[in-house]
Amino acid sequence: MGVGIEVKGLNAWYGKNLSLKSIDMSVPANHVTAVIGPSGCGKSTFVRCLNRMHETIPDARAEGMVKVGDMEVYGPGQDPVEIRRRIGMVFQKPNPFPTMSIYDNVAAGLRLNGFRNRKQIDELVERSLKLAALWDEVKDTLHKKSGASLSGGQQQRLCIARSLAVEPEVLLMDEPASALDPISTSKIEELIFQLKQHYTVVIVTHNMQQAARVAEFTGFFLMGSLIEYDKTEKIFTTPADKRTEDYITGRFG
Amino acid sequence: MPNPANGAVTKPLSGWRRLTNLGATAFAIAASVLVIVPLLAIFVYLLIKGFGALNWAFLTQTPKPVGEVGGGMANAIVGSALILGIASVIGIPIGIGCGVYLAEYARGRVGDFVRFTADVLNGVPSIVIGIAVYSLIVVRQKHFSAYSGGFALAIMMIPTVARATEEMLLMVPNNVREAALGLGIPKWRTTLSITLRTASAGVITGCMLAFARVAGETAPLLFTAFGNQFWNLNPNQPTAALPLQIFTYAISPFDEWHRQAWAGALILIIMIVVAVAAVRITTSRGSLKGAS
Repeated sequence: MGVGIEVKGLNAWYGKNLSLKSIDMSVPANHVTAVIGPSGCGKSTFVRCLNRMHETIPDARAEGMVKVGDMEVYGPGQDPVEIRRRIGMVFQKPNPFPTMSIYDNVAAGLRLNGFRNRKQIDELVERSLKLAALWDEVKDTLHKKSGASLSGGQQQRLCIARSLAVEPEVLLMDEPASALDPISTSKIEELIFQLKQHYTVVIVTHNMQQAARVAEFTGFFLMGSLIEYDKTEKIFTTPADKRTEDYITGRFG
Repeated sequence: MPNPANGAVTKPLSGWRRLTNLGATAFAIAASVLVIVPLLAIFVYLLIKGFGALNWAFLTQTPKPVGEVGGGMANAIVGSALILGIASVIGIPIGIGCGVYLAEYARGRVGDFVRFTADVLNGVPSIVIGIAVYSLIVVRQKHFSAYSGGFALAIMMIPTVARATEEMLLMVPNNVREAALGLGIPKWRTTLSITLRTASAGVITGCMLAFARVAGETAPLLFTAFGNQFWNLNPNQPTAALPLQIFTYAISPFDEWHRQAWAGALILIIMIVVAVAAVRITTSRGSLKGAS
């Protein structure tokens, strides 16, 4: 089951450049929350701070309070590797491991974390591929085909399956459909809708219709600040802030 | 709207453009042929000169004393394999490790310094490396050995392997690393099992290039492995090597030895080709459809 995320006073830097300014946000468990905003507003940085991927970029750092379930993400002595195991991430560009088969791609997170039970890996791979709605398309070529040989949309669902296989509690998606065609996009959106039964999902998107379609809650970011955060319906019909309204009506961004 | 380039694309090519196109294509083809010719020429010439002296005895017997007909280079073939094995066991892991450091961990000046050092080491003449190893190991041990020869060749392999590994790792897109880190795989595991694995084809090519390059080296072996006319399988003793044997035989005044030198050179080339092909075949087995 998914867990909620509590963010308080989160700041993030690239070198000396403050790119997230004191973010407070409370993401409910087992719901889909969308993060929208113009390019460079900090929405990707925000989700990358939630599982400490932000600090893998040279000179990037973050501080503040992020609580996922009962885990203090920036607590003293926290191991970022352990955090990333519990908070899965799907990236903008599908990034399967190019030299691995479909099966090995999904099993990678388990095996490389020292998981050895073959039967259990088999089960988890099948379950994850089914959850990601890819099983029927690949079940006959699991070991024969490489992950890179799939179509873009299939690759992205493979990446989702790969994230699900390590059984995270939260799934972060950084513009997961922006590199895909409309049909693949709608498949991914359907999938996101299914996933919230088991996971808490945070999705960054450029596409406001997408946010409206998949998310119950939406946060609007602008220049590193969280301008408004509310039910999606409220954000798109009667936003409280003028800047939100300007953005969603297409006056800028 | 008037377009200044109107029709320029659909018009038949002018004579001059045809001619330059033809000239450029011809030049490219000629250059490619010139690349192939030396290798083919060397190989054919070796076959002509060396094949006659190549027989079972050549592959199984040690050299006969001067004046006696027959004998072979079996000890040098085995010795070369021994020395190259030692060189690979030392040089390849260190080279790959250094390349991994440069590509995945080094930042700023330290990385630049290591990179610069590797490039300079790559340019150090092989005889100088031979002398260095001679004074470092042979003089102290007071005897020549396959170890010291292998060590000298390993030093020559390291910069080639390191730089090739670095370049291949840098070609792995960063989003592959991110995917692994995002799964909660530790950095060292990501580097070893994901990044290095993704780049493995290129890294192996780099190792093979380094191997092939040192396989023919004579100078660094002159005062390290030294050579040996008899069987020796003890790596702590002076050991025969094909390039040394070829050198000794080629500058000798005896026709029989000249023929054997040619055969030795042919065997050396075949050994390199076989080693490279074997590694290629074993590592490409189990590769997948559509893998990039």
